[in-house]
Amino acid sequence: MLIRSTKDIPSSEITPEAVYLRRRQFMQAGAVVAAGALLPGVSEASVRLAAVVNNRYSTPEKQTPYKDVTTYNNYYEFGTDKSDPAENAQNLKTRPWTVSIEGEVKHPKVWDIDALLKAFPLEERIYRMRCVEGWSMVIPWVGIPLASLIRQVEPTGNAKYVEFTTLHDPAQMTGQRRAVLDWPYIEGLRLDEAMHPLTILAVGLYGQTLPNQNGAPIRLVVPWKYGFKSAKAIVRIRFTEQQPATAWGRSAPSEYGFYSNVNPAVDHPRWSQAKERRIGEFFKRDTLAFNGYGDQVAQLYRGMDLRKYY
Amino acid sequence: MAVASAAQLRWLKIGVFVLACYPLLRLIFLGVTDGLGTNPIEFITRSSGTWTLVGLMLTLTVTPLRQLSGWNSLLRVRRMLGLFSFFYACLHFITYIWLDQFFDFAAIIKDVYKRPFITVGFSAFVLLIPLALTSSNNMIRRLGARRWQLLHRLVYVIAILGVLHYAWLVKKDLTQPLIYAAVLTVLLGWRVLHRRR
Repeated sequence: MLIRSTKDIPSSEITPEAVYLRRRQFMQAGAVVAAGALLPGVSEASVRLAAVVNNRYSTPEKQTPYKDVTTYNNYYEFGTDKSDPAENAQNLKTRPWTVSIEGEVKHPKVWDIDALLKAFPLEERIYRMRCVEGWSMVIPWVGIPLASLIRQVEPTGNAKYVEFTTLHDPAQMTGQRRAVLDWPYIEGLRLDEAMHPLTILAVGLYGQTLPNQNGAPIRLVVPWKYGFKSAKAIVRIRFTEQQPATAWGRSAPSEYGFYSNVNPAVDHPRWSQAKERRIGEFFKRDTLAFNGYGDQVAQLYRGMDLRKYY
Repeated sequence: MAVASAAQLRWLKIGVFVLACYPLLRLIFLGVTDGLGTNPIEFITRSSGTWTLVGLMLTLTVTPLRQLSGWNSLLRVRRMLGLFSFFYACLHFITYIWLDQFFDFAAIIKDVYKRPFITVGFSAFVLLIPLALTSSNNMIRRLGARRWQLLHRLVYVIAILGVLHYAWLVKKDLTQPLIYAAVLTVLLGWRVLHRRR
């Protein structure tokens, strides 16, 4: 009898070895090209990252062009238009940068970003990204599995949730000069969601350091949830006993639940979630439960009414 | 200044026509030169929606401007402005039906029924249709000036619904819709005050 863990990725999602090898060659070839020459629009500061491609958690779907990923996104700290982040995030200083790990952990720590980058091996993960507004992308992130970092700080028995806080600095983050949201931006996960192997702290995109508009120097990526769950420019990770009060949840609790799992059956008041437009495609496609990661994550929500816990 | 010559009037009409075509020509130009950005359908939807609202505001500006300036000839371009608003509303509506939903009428009906901002926008569009159909001189004559005017006061309701449609769709930042709301308040408020006097 074949016993298969539900956590395993379906075989249709595994990149064939030939493609995988070719991609590695491509990445290696890219490494010798001066940063910025390979991809248009890369800021001078961007650096190639040595990352191992993780096939186990990568989709072979066509990747959204770098230009679209970096010029079309929501990042309200820099403005509410999707073109604002690319325009207004350029002056954000991402060095020096520290991420403080605190709360219900045995070994709280303040990480310097460069030390953090060296301490954990980087992986490339090609994930689908679904925005609550009904569009989606496929993005090759480079990051660190959040679980590795969590294991190191050893959460106490009281730790049930993880809260992520974004930089609050209206001088650099021009969108924070207006109270569009109650700054700083806060997001949260349940501890088991944070520990899930799909959850990563991303530090790169397309093999290079993360552009400012995409959440540099470090951001969360939780591919089975709507994009806004993935807090950008993280400065604090706090382990708590209580469920964190998230920025969007406080702003409109009836529209943005704590879980925000991608769910075609639960509509947002303004957007049907049944379908989505993949950026670059003309026809809409059906949205998949948990953004297509149900095989791996559905068991986290067993017994929960996901219409109530949306 | 009070009465424009035939030549002045012709140039005024040509000028307004050219300006009113600008948003459409811009969209076509951007479409041909791959300038519609990452999400072209969203871009066209937003652009046509914006120009419908701008058109409605300009149409509603004609009367106060005429009363303030005494330049009665302005009335002669009001119909054109109104029809251009309807044209951009059609473009907006067709973009939604065709490019956005691709004639998925089940989804469209659900949207109109379930989502207040679409219900309101759809109502505004439907209400615009009789105004467009009765915009000819012939129709004014057939309806009679009084009834025609009564019918065309619907534009006040349409403009309010249009602004509401915009405000309701915005996720969080209400700045833009509030600007339209402020302009509309001035335009409608002016009429109320003017009538009282």
